[in-house]
Amino acid sequence: MTVKLVLENLKHRPVRSALSVFLIAIPVTLILTLVGLSEGLLADSARRARGVGADIWVRPPGSSVLTLSGAPLPEKMVEVLARNPHVAAAAGMINHPISSTTFVAGIDMDSFNRMSGGFKYLEGGPFRKPDDVILDQPYARQNKVHAGDKINLLNHEWTVAGVVEPGKLSHIFLPMPVVQSLSGNTGKISQIFLKLDDPANTGAVIRELKETMPDYQIYSVAEFTSLLTVNNVQGGMLRNFINVMVSIGVVIGFAVVLLSMYMAVLQRTREIGILKSLGASRWFILRTILIEAIVMGFCGTILGILFSFGARWLIMTLYPASLSEAIVPAWWPIAGGVTLAGVTLGAMYPGLSAARQDPIEALAYE
Amino acid sequence: MSDRPIIEIRGLRKVYRVGKVEVPALRGVDLDVPPGEFLAIVGPSGSGKSTLFHIVGGLTPPSSGTVRVQDQDVAAMTDAGRTNLRKTCVSFVFQKFNLLPNLSARDNIAIARHIAGLNHDPDPKFEEVLALLGIANRLDHKPAALSGGEQQRVAIARAIVTHPAILLADEPTGNLDSENSRVVLGVLRDLNERLGQTILMITHNPEAAAFAHRTVHMRDGRIVD
Repeated sequence: MTVKLVLENLKHRPVRSALSVFLIAIPVTLILTLVGLSEGLLADSARRARGVGADIWVRPPGSSVLTLSGAPLPEKMVEVLARNPHVAAAAGMINHPISSTTFVAGIDMDSFNRMSGGFKYLEGGPFRKPDDVILDQPYARQNKVHAGDKINLLNHEWTVAGVVEPGKLSHIFLPMPVVQSLSGNTGKISQIFLKLDDPANTGAVIRELKETMPDYQIYSVAEFTSLLTVNNVQGGMLRNFINVMVSIGVVIGFAVVLLSMYMAVLQRTREIGILKSLGASRWFILRTILIEAIVMGFCGTILGILFSFGARWLIMTLYPASLSEAIVPAWWPIAGGVTLAGVTLGAMYPGLSAARQDPIEALAYE
Repeated sequence: MSDRPIIEIRGLRKVYRVGKVEVPALRGVDLDVPPGEFLAIVGPSGSGKSTLFHIVGGLTPPSSGTVRVQDQDVAAMTDAGRTNLRKTCVSFVFQKFNLLPNLSARDNIAIARHIAGLNHDPDPKFEEVLALLGIANRLDHKPAALSGGEQQRVAIARAIVTHPAILLADEPTGNLDSENSRVVLGVLRDLNERLGQTILMITHNPEAAAFAHRTVHMRDGRIVD
């Protein structure tokens, strides 16, 4: 009967109820979208890392899984590392960032193809001229270009030689010498990929390399991708940012429900008096208000989850290459818990006010 | 009727504070009501009738004096005790009906049983009461769809569904036309006669008071005859 009373109360003022649920859904959507973006971008990076086809990544001293700037490695290191008897193929690349989430990969097409199994061209083909660029499909779609079109990158106009399937290292590929020249790093590269004769030898080769190159960052691909986590980004900054957003979600849920339920209690003063005249206890009144808030919080969570699918569709439609958003169901109960905590806290004050109302004054309320 | 009063009031006083001013509402009321009596309390506005009802019904505590309802000392009760009194012992019928507008007539009645903790107990006799009240075919309507007379009969049904020892009716015909007033007063008298329901009714109307067994008059916070 209490639930029926709550549902009838919610139905009695549908605009207030719908608006409250909508406003509660907003922070849920924000939390899920932020987490989805974080996880999506990291998952996309891991997918593209695996797409290189290497067993071992060699990075310069001072770099990390998530930070790679400049090109301090001599290109000749590729040949040196390729001499290891277990190395079946070696390839270097030069990295040139163009935004916080996008970088241009300068590659040697032949060695990169041997490493990765080669690009799958959806349009066009490989580099033919020095100002040719290869784009993956999401980046080409985001920038509305096709093979043969021009695109401006790094203050230079390039011809799109080919559009390839995504999932290999980067969204944008240029010939290695071109990037070296553009960035003033002739003969230098950013990192080296090694493909082994047998992946079972990965541990042994890494140990051997670390003995001869102790300051270098040397990862197996499994280790490299496992380190791509929210906690590792910028020394945990992304995790802290997510925590701040979650806290904001609690505050918004709290504020929305506080105002909504406070208004509801004012509007229902007389009804609270009626319930008290029937013998309803303070706990009955408080519980009714709390259940109403929790029902709104639950509906807001469901709506927020649905909105997060909409947000994902919108982001992936507008920015298929720059942003990658994942749906993270593991966060649904967390977002729901955060929301319900916020709405419960928010309903507490109006609920206690209602519970403490004098029945005679409440019954006289017009 | 038993000899032992179901309501015993002695030296009852109630003083309200309005800012720094003390306003006496009851100035020493003595009253006994035997079980099964239909008592009318008549008096002008400000005579203290509603305050007397609110104290007997456990809506507010007295300032001094003793009030015993079914052998329970209302003056000594805490807020929780008075809540329990309203839940188990006393029910109200108000001038403005005071039905919950969101709920159907049926649910308005059901919630009283729910609050009293009786929702799991079927009550076959209650169908008979609904027939007596003439609202059996109006139970699925919300209050806004009911006439004043129907709303008041739903309010009476809600009041008696928990089998209270005492029914307090505060101007139950004050918002009704004369035809509906007669119907409601007839229902109250039927409840009293058929079920032995103790009823205290506040009214301005001598014709309404005539439905009761006994009438007491109040003026300036006292019972005058």
